[in-house]
Amino acid sequence: MHKPDLTIQLGKLILKSPVLAASGPLGSSLEYAELIQLEQFGAVIVKGISLEPWPGNPPPRLAETAAGMLNAIGLQNPGLDFFLESELPRLREFKTRIIVNIIGRNIDEYAETAAALDQQPGVEAIELNISCPNLKAGGMAFGADIHLTEKVVWTVRKKTCLPLLVKLTPNVTDIVSIARAAEDAGADVISLINTLGGMAIDIEKKQPVLGNIFGGLSGPAIMPVALKMVWQVSEAVCLPVLGMGGITSAEDAIQFILAGARAVAVGSGLFENPGLAGDINSGIKKYMARHSIGSLNELEGLARRGGL
Amino acid sequence: MFCLIADHRISLGAFIIISNEMVAPDYCRITFSAPMIAQKAEPGQFCMIYMPSDQGFMLPRPFSILSASRTAGEISFFYKLVGRGTRILSQAKKGSKLKLMGPLGNSFPPVESGALLVAGGLGIAPLVFLISSVSVQFTLIYAARTAGELVSPLPGLLEPGENILPVTEDGSKGHCGNALDIAREYLPTTNILYACGPNVMLHSLAHICRSKGIQGWLSLEERMACGIGACRGCSVKTINGYNRVCHEGPVFSTGEVFLDA
Repeated sequence: MHKPDLTIQLGKLILKSPVLAASGPLGSSLEYAELIQLEQFGAVIVKGISLEPWPGNPPPRLAETAAGMLNAIGLQNPGLDFFLESELPRLREFKTRIIVNIIGRNIDEYAETAAALDQQPGVEAIELNISCPNLKAGGMAFGADIHLTEKVVWTVRKKTCLPLLVKLTPNVTDIVSIARAAEDAGADVISLINTLGGMAIDIEKKQPVLGNIFGGLSGPAIMPVALKMVWQVSEAVCLPVLGMGGITSAEDAIQFILAGARAVAVGSGLFENPGLAGDINSGIKKYMARHSIGSLNELEGLARRGGL
Repeated sequence: MFCLIADHRISLGAFIIISNEMVAPDYCRITFSAPMIAQKAEPGQFCMIYMPSDQGFMLPRPFSILSASRTAGEISFFYKLVGRGTRILSQAKKGSKLKLMGPLGNSFPPVESGALLVAGGLGIAPLVFLISSVSVQFTLIYAARTAGELVSPLPGLLEPGENILPVTEDGSKGHCGNALDIAREYLPTTNILYACGPNVMLHSLAHICRSKGIQGWLSLEERMACGIGACRGCSVKTINGYNRVCHEGPVFSTGEVFLDA
């Protein structure tokens, strides 16, 4: 019987757990650091940081939907300087690996933010967000276009030696071609999926629930969509895939790994269960023991190869 | 699972339901044995209540703390059946457990003598907690649309008296009118206001307080996801930009919020 080992390699990063905290729900993760052990995550991905502070969208910013939720936070963030001076030093005190998600209104802003993070102690990788559906400037314009994807990934690639994750939007006709463009331009890891565009209407007020009208749908409702895209992309590219979208259990996470994900990220599932990553780690270990699997490599993409 | 914030300010865990009863049609009060939360809770603070995990809910719900007994180690919440979540909450059985996180957010400053308190509907809950240990003189206006919605969350608490003024829009109980009509009569003789209720009511109160130079404290309600200041889902516009109702609030001063028109 093998002793289950959860170690995975994502680009140059060697992580103790395949469960990461997705960018967004945890913010900087400093608030959650007081509530849960951040070590249970292989790494935390800090919520999108831009060159200057962004105010975010008018409220309401949240709506619960069937098996999911809509958010339209609008990438509210305190900006690069505040992150570097105030949040990063505090984050370094926790035993966690730090990946920083970056956002920009144009390619220069992405490049400048990436360059500033490149030499920061504690920052181990950058996740390029070219997929937020909540703002025109949130990058979805990049992630929905093959040439713009190539251009922004290529430009940022030249600015940093850190492992570069590129986070894709599902709101496209052909995600495989976008993933290939990111790979060709120098990405190290493909992260997918960001939220699906959606909305809700208050029938008593007869107006949209969200202040921004449209938002991003997350939660179990989107998991089958995410799983399909992880399957398609991991088949088409040689890079490791970080799979996410609606994961709320170890069983969900294992589905992503069997579809071809090297690792997974949890996001809105943390609202209902802040200890979700720990639960998934132990659930995966039990599953591996039950199936006599010693290493996660053996599971990666197994369903695409016809199972056992 | 049972976690504690490092400095023990906030507890997260499953707590036993001591009682969960309907106090009036569509209005319920639920009480938990939660000594760690009861010890710390201050008037104005709230807890996140997590729905049973098999019910398919993504988000916990924020509820204002109605009462907290340090000696009994109990905390109570007052809620109205408005949707699927609150219906399921009303079916939670005495003796069973639900997950709670709290106490969260900031609290009201202590009540000063001569204070005016204004509650609109369910906004009564944090104000009941606020007056529970008060010995100074105050006036409480409790407004709702109809007598049926003017529910006392605790037995005998809101008997009309010199300092408790029930108000209904249809005149079916107490004064006829809305909270603002009555508040306007009392505001000139007060120097501090505490209020919780619908945004439209708080909005008007904020304007009146600012124009008359009265210090006011408003408890706001907003949809929430994390409850601890991380996700920015509950932000509202303030004089300092977008602030989090769960973290900088839920209690804001009238100088900070509802600044538009």
